[in-house]
Amino acid sequence: MTQLVLEQALNGLQFGLMLFLLAAGLTLVFGIMDCINLAHGSLYMVGAYFVAAAAQAADSFWLGLGVGVAGTAGLGLLLELTLFRQLYRRDHLSQVLATFALILIANEAVRLIWGPAPLMLNPPDALAGPVEIGGFFYPAYRLLIIGCGLAVAALLYLLVAKSRVGMWVRAGAANREITEALGINVRALFTAVFVFGAALCALAGGLLGPLLAVQVGMGESVLILAFVVIIIGGIGSIRGALVGALIVGAVDTLGRALLPTLLGAVLPADAASTLGPALASILIYLLMAGILFFRPQGLFPARA
Amino acid sequence: MAFYRPASWQKPFAAVTLLAALALPQCLEFIDQSYYLGLATRMLIFALAASSLNLVLGFGGMVSLGHAAFLGIGAYVAAICHQAGIQQGLLVLPLAMVVAGLFALLVGAISLRTRGVYFIMITLAFAQMVYYLFVSASAWGGDDGLPIYERLQLGSFSLVGDAALYYTALGALAFAMFLFGRLADARFGRTVQAIRENETRMEALGYPVFRYRLVCFALGGACAGLAGALLANQSGLASPSLLQWTQSGTLLVMVIIGGVGYLYGGVVGAIVLLGLEELLLSWFAHWHIVLGLLLLGIVLFAPKGVAALFGRSRD
Amino acid sequence: MPIRLTALAAALLLAGAAHAADQIKVGFVSTLSGPGAGLGVDIRDGFQLAMKQLNGKLGGLPAEVLVADDQQNPDVAKQATDKLLKKDKVDFMTGIVFSNLMLAVGPAVFQNQTFYISANAGPSQYAGEQCNPFFFNVAWQNDNLHEAVGKYVQDKGFKNVVIVTPNYPGGKDAVSGFKRYYKDQVSEEIYTKLGQLDYAAELAKVRAGKPDALFFFLPGGMGINFVKQFVAAGLSRDTQLFAPGFSADEDVIKAVGAPMMGMFNSSHWAHDMDNAENKRFVAAFEKEYGRLPSLYASQGYDAALMMDAAVRDVKGNVADKKALQKALEAKRFKSVRGDFKFNSNHYPVQNYYLRVIGKDAQGRVTNKTMGSIFTNHADAYAAQCKMK
Repeated sequence: MTQLVLEQALNGLQFGLMLFLLAAGLTLVFGIMDCINLAHGSLYMVGAYFVAAAAQAADSFWLGLGVGVAGTAGLGLLLELTLFRQLYRRDHLSQVLATFALILIANEAVRLIWGPAPLMLNPPDALAGPVEIGGFFYPAYRLLIIGCGLAVAALLYLLVAKSRVGMWVRAGAANREITEALGINVRALFTAVFVFGAALCALAGGLLGPLLAVQVGMGESVLILAFVVIIIGGIGSIRGALVGALIVGAVDTLGRALLPTLLGAVLPADAASTLGPALASILIYLLMAGILFFRPQGLFPARA
Repeated sequence: MAFYRPASWQKPFAAVTLLAALALPQCLEFIDQSYYLGLATRMLIFALAASSLNLVLGFGGMVSLGHAAFLGIGAYVAAICHQAGIQQGLLVLPLAMVVAGLFALLVGAISLRTRGVYFIMITLAFAQMVYYLFVSASAWGGDDGLPIYERLQLGSFSLVGDAALYYTALGALAFAMFLFGRLADARFGRTVQAIRENETRMEALGYPVFRYRLVCFALGGACAGLAGALLANQSGLASPSLLQWTQSGTLLVMVIIGGVGYLYGGVVGAIVLLGLEELLLSWFAHWHIVLGLLLLGIVLFAPKGVAALFGRSRD
Repeated sequence: MPIRLTALAAALLLAGAAHAADQIKVGFVSTLSGPGAGLGVDIRDGFQLAMKQLNGKLGGLPAEVLVADDQQNPDVAKQATDKLLKKDKVDFMTGIVFSNLMLAVGPAVFQNQTFYISANAGPSQYAGEQCNPFFFNVAWQNDNLHEAVGKYVQDKGFKNVVIVTPNYPGGKDAVSGFKRYYKDQVSEEIYTKLGQLDYAAELAKVRAGKPDALFFFLPGGMGINFVKQFVAAGLSRDTQLFAPGFSADEDVIKAVGAPMMGMFNSSHWAHDMDNAENKRFVAAFEKEYGRLPSLYASQGYDAALMMDAAVRDVKGNVADKKALQKALEAKRFKSVRGDFKFNSNHYPVQNYYLRVIGKDAQGRVTNKTMGSIFTNHADAYAAQCKMK
């Protein structure tokens, strides 16, 4: 029983941190540049493909991860310079449409280059199995993701809240003209933030590739989850993204683990078996609707 | 994004188009290409769906990314009625509108408390919930969808023939366009547009802003429901794929291609997009790349859409 | 409209005079884009390989294959099918991967009296009460591969089984197919969200339940995610993994690799089956496309051979629907899976085999056939079919 409870708790944490990796980049681009980027999921997909392709070529997961993240950051730079720069000052509708177009292009391009079948990306051999801590088993690779998620969270906190660059970024977001008047190159700053977001996407894609399928369309399902996270947490807030991700991870895991059993206790068996999984799959959307009903700006609104 | 004002030639142009549309089935039959009648019917139905979104989006200024939910609900109402043996369109079509409209009322009542991106996402969340519910509802076919083997009766008039369904769709669209056009100039329409332009001011003037928006949102949902019921009859199936978020995205794309806030924006967009799909798909398997580039081009260089070429905006 | 009337009369005369057609048109609608594209592409490649080996002819007549993408969307599939039926007036249809799409296009195809040779989708509806003279399935009925796994798990004496499948009708069919032949304890049926990414919560339940076997049916990417996470959780030590063949074929193996080794699955075909047709097919496929064929590819290949034999049988007179139906039912082609015949509902009666994933002589991770589970197995719905 302890094994089950502890394992589910870790699962919730791990799923939450995985979502945080994705949501962090999204919330920065979204909150700071006020740009809604549906193609965030596509960067995640392209990142995973880069990592998988590089890892296969180099026969080393870590080398592949490095090359893939760098490559995706480069692609992010290209996209920012050519496209997103035009989009920052446009309305949300144009941003939705342009980035929706990017999804279409990215999916087809990946299929043209790598074919329709999923790519293989396996964890390094040392992390492939479970670890045992005093009779308790947990996948080693999931522990790595938990570690990476915590490290990225700490890094981001230091970067945004404590560093000079972070201060510029926050200032640039709050009032672009004044920040520019202070002699800060806001344009370059935004480019840097976008590229950083793209790199985080690739990191998430590369780290999750060994757990999930590297395939066309992998970005969309993850994108919606990431959006749910930042909406719950409040757009533009790194702290909100972290809390939102952990809440979504916990609620989703608990719902899947407990709901069918709980409903089974109050309802007849066949009603419970129909209703349980259906309810579990919409639980996080219910949660989001509920939170927005009471706090329309999310839990940690970045701007008052 | 001001709402449209018709160019002086727009009314005669619309009338001529309507006449041409009336003669289309005969022309297609004459040249033995009746396959295209099905395509034309879909264009009309999607024109209705996109126009209903345009009402919410261009007219009311609410960027909804969950409009597919109302389309899908309309389709499922039609299919569930069929399953129950109810074939009378005069009953089924209004019922689809009422159910979709009521659901839109519920979604709107919660979503309209939020603004901007939050509104986009919460409408998406509701659509996702509806999607997952229908996928797991085995009584209604779940992932297989719910088939419609026999099309509706409209009074004593059967829609089994493709031309009959085409005329029904044409009638529904013409009626909706007439309604939306009148609405834009009526007191209700002017108020909704004023709210879109300056919400705070309208609130200060004592207008029940929330209620106006909600009614506009629900009306859009109801019309999408009608489109859904027609679509299910055209394709013979109500399926969860109608509820996927990419379907909402496609409707948005149609509206934007056509022109947000232009009365005929949704119509033009639906026809252009479905026509492009038909053309490109047959010669290039990776046509999504072309479509994506085209959309990017429209956003960057012609943000007002195709309909903007045909009418002036009010500002 | 006198001109049209003459044309119509001429057409009627032509049909009545039982002349051979001068060309055979095949409408191929399949999932060629999106996450499910790998399956459709394999069917298409198998089909096209057969066409190439037949020198582009079916039954000796020049043939044209019109390919369209359904985007795994029933609506799109319906439109593409309508176009092929009404505009191109095809003689055969094939290609659809997913049963929900098959059910969407079926009525229009049958109404048009066009033969559908399904190279994958085998919905129970068309095997039972809604069976149709114009529908043939050259692969299997959807339940068959699940049934085969159930039978094997039962025979091997596993006593405590957990089932994992998405919460949608296809998943529930898989469960009922499995349980039709597995009669011992199923300690838990876990239903997941369609398209779910992370299975940690479910795997924790599995660990707690300590089953000796786990049967899962998670198509496409879901199955890849599940297997990867199952192995990483270390569950493969205590629990034997079972799946139907389509969750364990070349496409999935290519994405997961070595962690899949030791997994049992069921299929009606395998690339190492020892018959002349299969050897020729596998060698030609590898040469043409540089990869091992999957069961989908074999089904596409068989579909083309089946059309070829039937057209030859009726001497090209495909307008005689009754004769063509008889020719199709007679099944005169040599399938790469070895011999089989069609049941009264136009679904195969055939053998099902157990395969296990391991390394072959060249060191590739792939399937190896272990022996048969069922011989001459028919589906459970044929009795409800009253074929006209």
